[in-house]
Amino acid sequence: MGEPGTKEPLSLEELEASTNMRTGRKHVLSILVENKSGVLTRIAGLFARRGFNIDTLTVGPTDDDQVSRVTLTVDGALHPIDQVTKQLHKLINVLKIRDLEPADTVARELALFKVSADGTQRGELMQIAEIFRGKVVDVTKRAVIVEVTGTTDKIAAFEDMVRPFGLIEMMRTGEIAISRGRSET
Amino acid sequence: MRAVDAVMECLKAEGVEVVFGLPGGANLPTYDAFVNGGLRHILVRHEAGGGHAAEGYAKATGKVGVAFATSGPGATNLITPICDAMMDSVPVVFITGQVRTELLGTDGFQEADTIGITMPVVKHSFMIQRPQEIPRAIHEAFHIARSGRPGPVLVDIPQDLSRAEIDYEPVTDLRLPGYQPRVEGNQKQIRQAAKALAAAQRPVIYAGGGVVNAEASDELVEFATSDRFPVTCTLMGLGAFPAPHAQWLGMLGMHGTRAANYAMDEADLICAVGARFDDRITGKLSEFAPRAKFIHIDVDPAEISKNVPAHIPIVGDAKHVLAKLLIEYRAIAAEPERLAAWWTRIEGWREKYPLAFQDSSDNEIKPQYMVQALHEATGGEAIVTSDVGQHQMWAAQYYDFPKPRRWINSGGLGTMGFGLPAAMGAAVACPDRIVCCIAGDGSVQMNAQELATCAQEQIPIKVFIMNNGYLGMVRQWQELFWDGKYSHVETGEFPDFVKLAEAYGATGMRFEDKTTLVQDMKRAIETPGPVLVDVRVTREENTYPMIPAGQAAREMVG
Repeated sequence: MGEPGTKEPLSLEELEASTNMRTGRKHVLSILVENKSGVLTRIAGLFARRGFNIDTLTVGPTDDDQVSRVTLTVDGALHPIDQVTKQLHKLINVLKIRDLEPADTVARELALFKVSADGTQRGELMQIAEIFRGKVVDVTKRAVIVEVTGTTDKIAAFEDMVRPFGLIEMMRTGEIAISRGRSET
Repeated sequence: MRAVDAVMECLKAEGVEVVFGLPGGANLPTYDAFVNGGLRHILVRHEAGGGHAAEGYAKATGKVGVAFATSGPGATNLITPICDAMMDSVPVVFITGQVRTELLGTDGFQEADTIGITMPVVKHSFMIQRPQEIPRAIHEAFHIARSGRPGPVLVDIPQDLSRAEIDYEPVTDLRLPGYQPRVEGNQKQIRQAAKALAAAQRPVIYAGGGVVNAEASDELVEFATSDRFPVTCTLMGLGAFPAPHAQWLGMLGMHGTRAANYAMDEADLICAVGARFDDRITGKLSEFAPRAKFIHIDVDPAEISKNVPAHIPIVGDAKHVLAKLLIEYRAIAAEPERLAAWWTRIEGWREKYPLAFQDSSDNEIKPQYMVQALHEATGGEAIVTSDVGQHQMWAAQYYDFPKPRRWINSGGLGTMGFGLPAAMGAAVACPDRIVCCIAGDGSVQMNAQELATCAQEQIPIKVFIMNNGYLGMVRQWQELFWDGKYSHVETGEFPDFVKLAEAYGATGMRFEDKTTLVQDMKRAIETPGPVLVDVRVTREENTYPMIPAGQAAREMVG
């Protein structure tokens, strides 16, 4: 008996409940899954029936063709993240889940904006795009398509800037994320 | 060989002796394989009956039950047993036929998206896409069904693939990299739990179906009696701790004993083993066990802190963890006298609020007495199944279960019509035991067709219908919580259960006199083959005590 750090005798008052709390921030879950039919349905169905909302979802191949990666963002203010990840782990085809720490993670999203811009506005719009390191990928007489990559915040900021020009439509991929440093995500 | 012949070989390799099922177009190849397959197949009259029978078989033995059905309606008829097995963690493998691959997605005859429909209610499922995958899928299905937290696994096999020729070699390895249940329990956490239990002044052990599933009843008894820990069990855990026993408080929850519920309410430490803090246990969550810290032992990590945050979480199965906990606890040499005041309090509740009912002054059979009479007639040694409702709660309250796997019922899903086919499965599994079903007159009709199966196969189940001519539990709620306005709960005198039994080729009896009831029940039990008994009981009896839904344990009534 008695190991470092354990107080003795233990009084029940010292016990603290494991956290089942809402963290209050966005979580990016990076999930490796077996590349089998129906896996995405299992994940989506799990979220639906447990009442968890998915904010963004991306799915893509990895360097191993047996394995795919699902990157999910979930609002930790609404859902207990440990319950979300534990339920996900119960899916037989889920291999690994990482709840990425924001500080140790590079997260990116790709967005395409179709903005109405005639000749007089085009220059200003292109300047804004340049500031955001966006690329103009298509220009017609009355519209411009801009491609922007970055964090969710940056894309939201760009959206705010171009909205006054007349945003015709916008498409976002949802985030993908990778951990910093040498270790695998 | 044909893939379906390989299925037979796989089932035998898994130790399967008997399966329940019903053939149809999409699983004709499978049924051809049964002809010389070397397995006992029991032809049920409805797929739901087969599914529940497989559950009854699994619950009586701990082995994996197996049910077969064809595509479309055959598979959809299995949904209730699948969901039931999921809620109550019952290991069952369901094997369904599917339309030919060329018809998939075309709304073909008897096509249903079985994998899609069942996805929310299976532990896992396999959609067969190539015939050579079939043997591995069958073995992986069995492994997943029985290991970790047990549950239902479905294998859906298109008809053309099932009849294809494959090179069958026995499968000796499983490839489930994403599935590694943890059963051992973290030693440091277990030590913490032992210390907390030694420090507790008002501890309670709250044991659930996980103890039964892990075959951990002996470990539970040994641990609980290593000190004077009070023990209560959930509906699913009954029998895991022997009743009666000096440390047994009775069942807890909505219709549990006051001693058990008040002990939970005043406890300073609750050790939950293989139980999941269901709403029927906790009542109003914010007022559940307000003074307690929680040790939570469960093989499914997602159950821990799901409803009630745990102070000492331990992921592992009850058998491993309780064995280790006993060793750690003995090493501490806790002071048993510290529990004296707690026991005085508990004994006070036990004396003041024993389980009791007002017996009739004439020959009328009170439903509670009917359960006591069955206990006497069977020496307390029967396997008892039940349907869902008042009769289920009275059976749980008044039939003291001395051992695990003697009490088989539908807890989580609350499936009416479960009891009769489950008894059939249990009787097939345990031919040397008396198997009784305590049924409701409403519930029993939901799978009464399986009496034909029992008659044909001479499966000697004894079904005692607690007949009050009502959907009794709903009537009780309407009486208590809906101003006594009865809405569509009266079933009257229909059907004539004696004639129904006879029509199915079973023996029918009717008992109405409490003075001869024990003898009459013995006579029914000694009658060969299936027997259906219409026991006429008090019509408007209520199940008490009761924690009204959404209220706290202190608010128990009745």
